[in-house]
Amino acid sequence: MIELWQFHGGIKLEGHKSLSNKNPIVQANIPQFLVLPLLQHIGDPTKPIVEVGEKVLKGQMIAHCHEHDCSKRISTPVHASSSGTIVAIEPRAVPHPSGLRAPCIVIETDGQDTWFERVPLTDYMELPPSVARTYIAQAGIVGLGGAGFPSHLKLKPEGIDTLIINGAECEPYITCDDRLMREEPDKIIAGASIIRHVLGGAKRCIIAIEDNKAEAYSALLETAQQQQEQVEIIQVPTIYPMGGEKQLIHVLTGQEVERGKLPASIGIVVHNVKTARAVYRAVQQGQALISRIVTVTGNGIKNPQNLEVRLGTPMHVVIEQCGRKSGIKRLIMGGSMMGFALPNDDMPIVKTTNSLIVSRNDEIETPSLPMPCIRCGACANACPIHLLPQQLYWYAKAKDFKKVRDYHIFDCIECGCCAYECPSHIPLVSYYRYAKAEIIASERDRKKADLARQRHEFRTFRLKREKAEKATRHKQKKAVSDNSKETAIKAALEKSKAKYDT
Amino acid sequence: MIEIIAIGALGGLACLFGLLLGYASVRFKIEGDPVVDQIDVILPQQQCGKCGYPGCITYAEAIAKKEEEINLCPPGGEVAMLALADLLDREPKPLNVNGMEETLSLLAIIDESTCIGCTLCIQACPVDAILGAPKQMHTVIDRECTGCELCVAPCPVNCIKMVEIPQAVDTWKWPYPIVPLTPEDQESKTEESMEPLL
Repeated sequence: MIELWQFHGGIKLEGHKSLSNKNPIVQANIPQFLVLPLLQHIGDPTKPIVEVGEKVLKGQMIAHCHEHDCSKRISTPVHASSSGTIVAIEPRAVPHPSGLRAPCIVIETDGQDTWFERVPLTDYMELPPSVARTYIAQAGIVGLGGAGFPSHLKLKPEGIDTLIINGAECEPYITCDDRLMREEPDKIIAGASIIRHVLGGAKRCIIAIEDNKAEAYSALLETAQQQQEQVEIIQVPTIYPMGGEKQLIHVLTGQEVERGKLPASIGIVVHNVKTARAVYRAVQQGQALISRIVTVTGNGIKNPQNLEVRLGTPMHVVIEQCGRKSGIKRLIMGGSMMGFALPNDDMPIVKTTNSLIVSRNDEIETPSLPMPCIRCGACANACPIHLLPQQLYWYAKAKDFKKVRDYHIFDCIECGCCAYECPSHIPLVSYYRYAKAEIIASERDRKKADLARQRHEFRTFRLKREKAEKATRHKQKKAVSDNSKETAIKAALEKSKAKYDT
Repeated sequence: MIEIIAIGALGGLACLFGLLLGYASVRFKIEGDPVVDQIDVILPQQQCGKCGYPGCITYAEAIAKKEEEINLCPPGGEVAMLALADLLDREPKPLNVNGMEETLSLLAIIDESTCIGCTLCIQACPVDAILGAPKQMHTVIDRECTGCELCVAPCPVNCIKMVEIPQAVDTWKWPYPIVPLTPEDQESKTEESMEPLL
């Protein structure tokens, strides 16, 4: 039995997981239209490499990174998730809290679902790690836990000795990791060993599961024993936010990741269980990331369950498939604690959509009236990062962004523990999101201003230089003409003198 | 005697420190005025000239010399004015004294079919953000346009328009949270949110 550590704060939440974790994962229907945003990950958007009217096959790359090189910038390609014809490349509504439009590739499916050529890399063990990493980069894999960071960038063999596969799944309502671990433990373990190889052979490989998922734990344990893989399957206590990268590392290893640094700085890399399966599919089966498991749950759904959904499938298609109840009032993407509400269901499922919570009236608690902060400190006790949420709130409310920064707002993971514990019902996370957005925007403005200043300075310099050049040219010309005048006069004088003499 | 020694010692010290100070002022001389740079950083660098000065740096110099008010920069808006007041320890002043209002962030767009290629806008642009040549169509490099509107007036065929920069997913900001203050507020807000969504 391995000794576990504890992270500061955290809360115990009602799981609501039994709603959706009873039924096996089913395939979602192929929709008529697939809408694939060019940006489905953290980082730079991709560029389309197909044109309207072109026929594409399932798994074919349709948008690539900048200069077709995924290692230069934070980016990863997008693939067609079913066969069909490209009918549009235009801005469409994307699942984002703003509800704004962003460039998307729209495919009209032909229902054939024909695969593009798949080239598996079964003998990856004999090849250097970079080969498999390129495969993973080309497959468009991102962190499927919900953050969406391109995975190949987290797979560099830079002194990594511990690989953690995250199956904690601490958010209420979400059960997709749970179902996947029960149904495909072999693929997760196979994916983990591929990741291990790509990392240059990490010494330890841990799969961490919260102790409320006993079946998933035993399934993984059994498979690991059968395959005799050197994988540690570890149960961790069910405390929200256990699934947070830095929290999980702390609980498993007792180590803390320094502020502003990545876990790789202490030799640890964390990947989600779904990412491990996607890596398995990419390397062993040659399949790009074209689908993901989504939990569709909430009391607005007749049959809450997990589905394997093709990326780009409109949400209403999936909700329809699970049985839509009438009087739906709210649609949340990404969990009840850290997710955000969407204005409607005419948006595509993207790489970061881990769940849809569809709620009717009776599930939504009327938010209590926010009262003044009494500085009780309950938020600070709950904060898993050791921040001072009451101070952050205070300064964010006063728009004192310098102070907000001094209190390390950018370490906040927006887990919502503070707001959950607040006896005054203050929507604390909204204030933090606001403050972060303002700081990021002002930095962007500052960069733009610096560019403008540089250009203006150069222009002033250029004008001055041109003026000086003009002046010297003028002078030279004048000097030349003066010279020639003088000689002409001299010549004329001499001529007349000669004439006069004779 | 002791007086002479005292005077001599103090005089000697005075000379020594005088020399030291003189050396330090030469050795550690700062080129330019640091206050001007600090003011310039606060100004938004649109180079629009709406303050009456050609470029932000000249306005910054005028402020530093206390020749000019701190509320003449419409693109900077209240934020810049307050930052300047804070930096220079001056009294904050309302912005729209001369009928000026805070300007939104804009982008110049040239209607390329109407452009006659006169290069007047290129000469007017303070940040060289317009590309073109005589009798050739011009265009704005949108990444570099500051939205100063200086190119609009010189255009003889009125083909330059200022457009508001549309909101995009990557520039969108979470709004300031609006919380209900009274139970009545709360009820109306809840009722609103209870409208069927789908």
